[in-house]
Amino acid sequence: MEIKLSVKNLDAYYGKNKVLKNISIDVPKNKVVAIIGPSGCGKSTFIRCLNRMHEVVGGTINGSILLDNEDLTKTDPVLLRKRVGMVFQKPNPFPSMSIFNNVAAGLRLNGVRNKKQITPIVEKCLKQAALWEEVKNNLNDSGANISGGQQQRLCIARTLAVSPEIILMDEPASALDPISTTKIEDLIFELKKDYTIVIVTHNMQQAARVSDYTAFFYVGELIEYSDTKKMFTSPDKQQTEDYIRGKFG
Amino acid sequence: MRKVETSSKKKSLFKKILSSSNVGDFIFERLTLLFAVSVFLLVILLGYEMYQGSKLSIEKFGWSFLVNSTWDPVREIYGALPIIYGTVVSAALALIIALPLSIGVAIYLSEVAPPWLEKPLSFLVELLAGIPSVIYGLWGIFVLVPWIRKVVEPYLSDKLGYLPFFKGAPYGFGLLAAVIILSVMVLPIISSISRDVLKSVPRSQREAALALGASKWQSTMIVLRDARPGILGATMLGLGRAIGETMAVTMVIGNRALISPSLFDPSYTMASVIANEFTEATSEMYLSALIELALVLFVITIIINALARLLVWSMDRKWKTT
Amino acid sequence: MNSKFFFYKKKITSFIMMSLTFVAALAAIIPLVLIFYYTISKGITYLNLDFFLAMPKPVGESGGGMANAIVGTLILIGLGGLIGVPVGIMTGTYLSEFGNNKFAYAVRFLTDVLSGIPSIVVGVVAYTMVVVPMKHFSALAGGIALGILMIPTITRTTEEMIKLVPHSLREAGLALGIPKWKTTLAIVLRTAWKGIATGVLLGLSRAAGETAPLLFTALGNRFWSTSIGQPIASLTVYIYDYARAPFEDWNQQAWTAALVLILLISVLSLLFRIITRSKYKTN
Repeated sequence: MEIKLSVKNLDAYYGKNKVLKNISIDVPKNKVVAIIGPSGCGKSTFIRCLNRMHEVVGGTINGSILLDNEDLTKTDPVLLRKRVGMVFQKPNPFPSMSIFNNVAAGLRLNGVRNKKQITPIVEKCLKQAALWEEVKNNLNDSGANISGGQQQRLCIARTLAVSPEIILMDEPASALDPISTTKIEDLIFELKKDYTIVIVTHNMQQAARVSDYTAFFYVGELIEYSDTKKMFTSPDKQQTEDYIRGKFG
Repeated sequence: MRKVETSSKKKSLFKKILSSSNVGDFIFERLTLLFAVSVFLLVILLGYEMYQGSKLSIEKFGWSFLVNSTWDPVREIYGALPIIYGTVVSAALALIIALPLSIGVAIYLSEVAPPWLEKPLSFLVELLAGIPSVIYGLWGIFVLVPWIRKVVEPYLSDKLGYLPFFKGAPYGFGLLAAVIILSVMVLPIISSISRDVLKSVPRSQREAALALGASKWQSTMIVLRDARPGILGATMLGLGRAIGETMAVTMVIGNRALISPSLFDPSYTMASVIANEFTEATSEMYLSALIELALVLFVITIIINALARLLVWSMDRKWKTT
Repeated sequence: MNSKFFFYKKKITSFIMMSLTFVAALAAIIPLVLIFYYTISKGITYLNLDFFLAMPKPVGESGGGMANAIVGTLILIGLGGLIGVPVGIMTGTYLSEFGNNKFAYAVRFLTDVLSGIPSIVVGVVAYTMVVVPMKHFSALAGGIALGILMIPTITRTTEEMIKLVPHSLREAGLALGIPKWKTTLAIVLRTAWKGIATGVLLGLSRAAGETAPLLFTALGNRFWSTSIGQPIASLTVYIYDYARAPFEDWNQQAWTAALVLILLISVLSLLFRIITRSKYKTN
């Protein structure tokens, strides 16, 4: 199995606060890895380290993160983020741009200006994000005038347009209704054919449904990381079992 | 029948007033309301007073007051065109200088500066807004004007003297000095409101852009796009300030009602005419014409400020709904 | 290759533009430094006890002070405060406590608009309303003009500060059966008074720096006068007159008056800072 992303002995800090302690995880290519754990366990911080968004809010890290054996803590963050896309907890389309331009934004930011080049990519990504049928007749409407679930799929399409290798998702369905959540989950299943996905979720059923591997974080530490089926049927650690059975949360 | 009904109605109103613990509450609300109404009436009163005071001039000159270019107190002819010209040109040029700088300052404060530097810098910018206008004028007379006379104007007429904008004797006092001082004065207004507007754009917008591989500048441009209405509002507030600014302008602009393309020539603004001539106005008509100028100034600044506030308010609401 | 080139172009553009914003921030500070430098260095020569205690000397005699103008400015902002403070606080209270209706939105909008009206326009109205019927210039007319100019600042800060008072405090009062007006006065306004006081000081210090609305209301006075029915001297009008006078000695005194005015405003805003600081400490 090809390892796409390899995290080794990662520590993360906010100022002097150590929020992640010695995390090591291998993410295989074209698989979905779910990160679960109670709130405040550092799971959001963890994926924000993977595209170096952690440092945007003033955080620092120690350790190494290898993307295709290249240490991404030493590459330029702007270049890196083209390869590692991110979908956020709350849908954040650009309200002053149309649906079309929202998807095209990433291309334009990376120097693609030719409309002939952009149009097919936008259509392809909206189809991939299962949004095309719903918006194809009003591509010029503002990206903020569609429902929350549609906004989130728009954000996914926007991320796909830059053709990243990895997609990070930070609780992508937590602000959505159950039907939109199902759509996002189906979408994740489709996307792993082409992408490697790391998803943070506080919803264990969701982790069980969509992921191949699951990592359980607790107060900044990685307690257990294994095959999702195994994790949810016979976890190795008592703490994991307690969390999964809902004894704390 | 009817009698009973009205008396019970009366009783219930009386009861309502009494029982709502409530005499107090009733009085309290009405009392504060009274003051709120007084603010409302005050603005109307301002307009009404000036309309009354300028009736004489309005009746005599009508619209020609605004388009006639002769301002001659001796012959009692009052045409405000050169004054309106001076007001508009000085304010517009000041904005052209101040706007890019202000947006730069706002971006620096909201997007670039580290927190330990942002606080003191914002304080300094706000301090600039707090300096009394007459001190700007004092500084203008004794520092800025001599510098313009000895350095700026000779340089400009030497290099660009063939242009009509830089013709004439380097006198110092004139449109150029007014424009420079006005741009310094509106800068803190535009930049501090623009900074607030930029800060009101949620962080998630910047993160969305950065996550797509945007550079810092590119993500700032996206934030700026979201903030456009608010920045336009801030600019209009700056314009309102520039149009109504009195003391500093009066002290450096040269005070002559003149339409000239040259920045070196003296000029006049509505506010500076009023400041300069009001106590000298001996005839009824002269005074009335000056009050009409104040009325025009009042109407213009009300329109500008109303539009500006609506724009800035619309920004506040925008992010509350999403 | 092409994308690599674009990447470097993007990085360099970003660096240049971000540096330019820093340059803009520096440029904005330059006039501030210059104005402070000149006001202090030129103003300090005449800054002595006499300046605060003595009266202006006639033309030709050097020395003298501006005791009348300092007192005059204080009287004028005091008069202004008598109008601006109650109207501002009461209106602000109305807006925050009962302000969820169309009328209140209109008032809020008008106070914002009022704050943008040139102060000289207010001076003109004070002239037609007070000076004309009284038939002469007076401190009262100047004070009224300043009072009107203070209203927006005090109204908006009062409203904002009252809104900062946690809802739970209000509910605690109401739950005890205390009527709303008592709750507002005894609990809400008492909690917010420091914030409101800062608004008042801000309004006063701005009024202290106003010149235009005084030019043809309070006028100015070379003699000692504390009567509100008579013309009264003020620091700002002195600066204006002395700056344009053809006597070097007067020009010098204008700088000193400017320095004293800045000191006066600084003292007011220092009070403002002290009050706000202790507010954050207690929270």
